[in-house]
Amino acid sequence: MALLETTRVRKWFGDTHAVDDVDFVVNQGELLGLIGSNGAGKTTLVNLISGLLRPDAGRIVFDGADVTRQSVHERIREGIARSFQLVNLFDQMTVQDNVALTIFAREGKTRRMTALAERDRAVLDEAGEVLQRFGLESKARMLAGGLAQGERKLLDVAVAYALRPKLLFLDEPTSGVSTREKAPIMDIVTSIVRTGGITAVVIEHDMDVVFTYSDRIVAMHEGTILADGTPEEIRRNERVTTTLIGTTEAG
Amino acid sequence: MDTLLTQILNSLFYASILFLIACGLSLVYGVMRIVNMAHGSLYAVGAYVAAWAVGLVASYLHVSLLLVLLLIGAAAAALAGALLEPTLLRPLYQRPEEYQLLMTFGLLLILEDLMRMVWGPYPLTASALSEFFPSISVLGATYPGYNIFVIVVGGAAAVGLWAFIYRTRFGILLRATSQNMRMASALGVDVKRIYVQAFTIGCLMAGLGGAVVMPLSGAVLGMGVDALILAFVVVVIGGLGSLEGALVGALIVGAVRTLGIMYFAEIELAVLYLIAAVVLFLRPAGLFGRA
Amino acid sequence: MSQALLASGRLLAGWRLAVGIAIALFLVLVPRLLPPFQTLQLSYGLIFAIAALGFNLLLGYTGLLSFGHSAFFGVGAYTAALLVKYMGLSSMEAFVLAGALASAVTAALFGAVCVRYTRIFFSILMLALSQVIWSLAFKLFWVTGGTDGLRVPTPTLLGGSVALGAGEDKLVFLTHRYYYYVLALFLVCVGAMWVIVNSPFGKALQAIRDNETRAEFVGVQVRKYRWIALVVSGTFTGLAGTLWVPLNGLTTPDILYWPFSGKIVFFVVLGGFRTFLGPVLGAVVFNYLETYAIGFTVYWQMVLGVVLVLLVLTMPAGLVGTLAPLFARRRRIA
Repeated sequence: MALLETTRVRKWFGDTHAVDDVDFVVNQGELLGLIGSNGAGKTTLVNLISGLLRPDAGRIVFDGADVTRQSVHERIREGIARSFQLVNLFDQMTVQDNVALTIFAREGKTRRMTALAERDRAVLDEAGEVLQRFGLESKARMLAGGLAQGERKLLDVAVAYALRPKLLFLDEPTSGVSTREKAPIMDIVTSIVRTGGITAVVIEHDMDVVFTYSDRIVAMHEGTILADGTPEEIRRNERVTTTLIGTTEAG
Repeated sequence: MDTLLTQILNSLFYASILFLIACGLSLVYGVMRIVNMAHGSLYAVGAYVAAWAVGLVASYLHVSLLLVLLLIGAAAAALAGALLEPTLLRPLYQRPEEYQLLMTFGLLLILEDLMRMVWGPYPLTASALSEFFPSISVLGATYPGYNIFVIVVGGAAAVGLWAFIYRTRFGILLRATSQNMRMASALGVDVKRIYVQAFTIGCLMAGLGGAVVMPLSGAVLGMGVDALILAFVVVVIGGLGSLEGALVGALIVGAVRTLGIMYFAEIELAVLYLIAAVVLFLRPAGLFGRA
Repeated sequence: MSQALLASGRLLAGWRLAVGIAIALFLVLVPRLLPPFQTLQLSYGLIFAIAALGFNLLLGYTGLLSFGHSAFFGVGAYTAALLVKYMGLSSMEAFVLAGALASAVTAALFGAVCVRYTRIFFSILMLALSQVIWSLAFKLFWVTGGTDGLRVPTPTLLGGSVALGAGEDKLVFLTHRYYYYVLALFLVCVGAMWVIVNSPFGKALQAIRDNETRAEFVGVQVRKYRWIALVVSGTFTGLAGTLWVPLNGLTTPDILYWPFSGKIVFFVVLGGFRTFLGPVLGAVVFNYLETYAIGFTVYWQMVLGVVLVLLVLTMPAGLVGTLAPLFARRRRIA
C-alpha cells in the first residue's frame, strides 16, 4: 500500500532540472534506499516532500491527503519528518532538551509559557525512553554541541523519531562517521522501522549500507528515476551499475 | 517652473551628501559584513578636521585654495579608518556579528566625545567657503553656487567609485572578496589588506561628505549620529552592500526630504522610516540587495 | 559517582538558595541601610534590569539583537505621562496596566514587520521603526511636549491607598514606598521571566536561536514564536519605562532616541547575555557606572565607550558569564 505518492513533481533551478516530473512511491512499512550521484536530485526531492521547497508542478499525496500546498508545519502534523544531511541540532541545548522540545512541539505544548518544562513528567519520561532507545541516555545532560559526530548523527535521527512520524526521511544518516559507527546507526533505523511502525526513506552514498539494509532501492539520475526495485534487482541492473555504482566507487 | 527646478537641485544636493555617507557604509558591509555604527562619526570627523584646517590658515590663503583643505578632512577620516580596522575590528571577525555591532557602537560613543574634547561644544564654521561661490542662474532660478559644487563632488565621487570598483584590478579583488571571502582567500587574495583598504575607502568617502557639507552647516556635535540614521535609511532602501542601491536610495531619500520640508516637515523623519519599512517588507534585501 | 554528583548538586542548590535569600534580604533592607541617593540609584538599576530582562528574551534566548527597544521603554513612559495629561489619572496601577498594554501593542506592530528578518536586518529594521516613534514624540510637540517632554507628578500606589502625604518630602516617598513598589514588581518580573525561559515556550525560542531550520522541522512555527517573543520582550521593557517615569518625574524624547536602545544592549552585554541573571546585574552595574562617570567627567560617554570596547575585546561573556565559571571552579577545588 502506498503511503506516499508523487505525481510528475517538478523543480527546476534555472536550466538545472533538479527534479524532473518524478513519480515516486513509498510503500507502508518499508525501509527504502534512495541512491544517486551528487546532483541527482535526491535531496531536492526530499526537500519538496518535506515542504522546504515548493514544487513548480506536480502533486504530492501523503496518506490519502494532498499535501502539495501544505506548510512544513502542517506536513509534520500529517506525519512527515526528516533529518538533515549536515547535522542540524540545537547545539546550545542539552541532549535531553533537544528531544523534549520536539515532543513539546508535537503535543502542541510549546505555546505554554507559564509552566516549567522540567515539571512535565510525561514528556520527560518519553524523552528518556527515546534517548534510551538510541543509546544516548548517559549523555542526556550534555550540550548537544559537545557530542561526538556519531552521537550527533544518532541524536539527529532521535529528534526526528520523537515526532512519531509515519514517514521518516533520513538524509545521509551515516555520512561523516567511521565505518565502525555506521552499523549501530543503521541498526537503530532498522529497528524503529520494524517495531515502531515507521516507514523510512534513507538517502545514502555508502552502497554497502544501502544494499544491506534496504527493502527496496530507488536510483535517481539527473532529476529522474533511473531504476526501482529490490536490492537484488538493482544490483543486476546494468544502467545503474554503469551510471551510478561505478562512478560512486570511483569517487 | 523655477521652484520645481530649485526643488530638484535641492534633492540632488541632499542626495550627494547622503550618497557620500551611505556608499561607504554599504561598501564596508558588502566586503566585510560589518555594519559600522561609527560611520556617521567618521563623517563628523571629516567635517571637524576640515573646519579646523580651514580655520588655521584662513587668513593667509586665498579662498579658492582653502577648498583644497577640505580634502584634509577626508584624509583624516580615512586615516582613522586605516587605524581602527586592524586594531579593533580584526580581532572580531570570527565572533558572532553582535560583537562587531557593539564594538562599532562603543567607537561611536568614544568618537563623539573625542570631538567634543578636542573642538569644544560650539560649532565650527567656515562659511567664507560657501559664500565664495556666487549664486548661479539656472533656467531663471537662482541657486547657491556652493550647493552646485557639492552636487558635482557627489556625482564625481559616484563615478569615481564606480570606475574604481568595476574598472581596476583592486576592484576585481574587492568584489571577489565580497562574494566569497574564503574562496578569494584560497585563491591567494590578501583578505586582510582588502579589508583594511575597503574600510579606509568607506571612511574616506564619509569624511569627504562631512568636509563638503561643513561650509554650509558647520561642524556640529551630533551631526554624525543624525547622519548615520539617514544613511541607514538609504542603505535599507537601496540594499545593504550595493553601491547602485546606495545611489538610488540617496536619490529617493533626498527627494523625500525636499518634499518633506515643504509639505510635511513635522513627520518627515517618520515618513522616511516608514518608506524604509515598506521597502523592506516588499523586497527584504532592499531594491538592489542580494538576499 | 552519581551519588557524589547528586550530593554536590544538592549542595549547589542549597548554596544558591542561601545567596538568593541573602540578596533578597539586602534588597528589602536597602532603604534603612543606605542613604536615599543610593536607594534611588538602586531603584533606577532595578527598573533598567526589568528592561534588560525583557530585551534578553530576544537576544539571549531567541537570538535576535534589537536596536529598537527604546521604543517600548519610551511608549511605557509616555503612556503614563499622557494618562496624566489627558485623563488626570494618578494611579500607578492604571499606569502599569496601560503602559504594559501600549508597549505590547507597539511590539506587536513592530513584530508584524520585523520577524521575517534575522541578524543585522532585524537590528536595523527595529532601529528604524523605533525612530518613527521618536520622531513623532519629537515633532508632535502639542501632544508630547516636544523636547521639553511631559511632567509626571508622584503617583498614588495600590489603588490610591498609598500616596504622598501633605508636606511630605518627595524623596522620602520615592526611596521608601516607591522603592518597595519597584522592588516587588522587579521580583515578580524576575520570577515571571524565569518561568518563561524555562517553559516549553522558552525551549522553543532557544531552539529557534540555535537552529531556525531544524526548529521549523520539529514543528515550531518560527515566525509566530519570534513574534510572541518580541511582544513579551517589549511588554517587559515597556513596563520598565512606566516604572521609570515617576522616579524621573519627566519623560523626554531622549528615552526614545536610538542611543537609549544602545544602552539597553549595553546592560545585557555587560552582564552577559548567555546567562539568566547577567542582564540584571549588568543593568544595575551600568547604572552606577554611568552615574559615577557623569559625576566624574563631562566625557562620560567616552568612558562608557571605552568600557564597551574593552568588554567586547576581553570579556565577551559579560560579568556573570566570565565570573560564574571562576567561582564554580574555585568551589570544586575547595
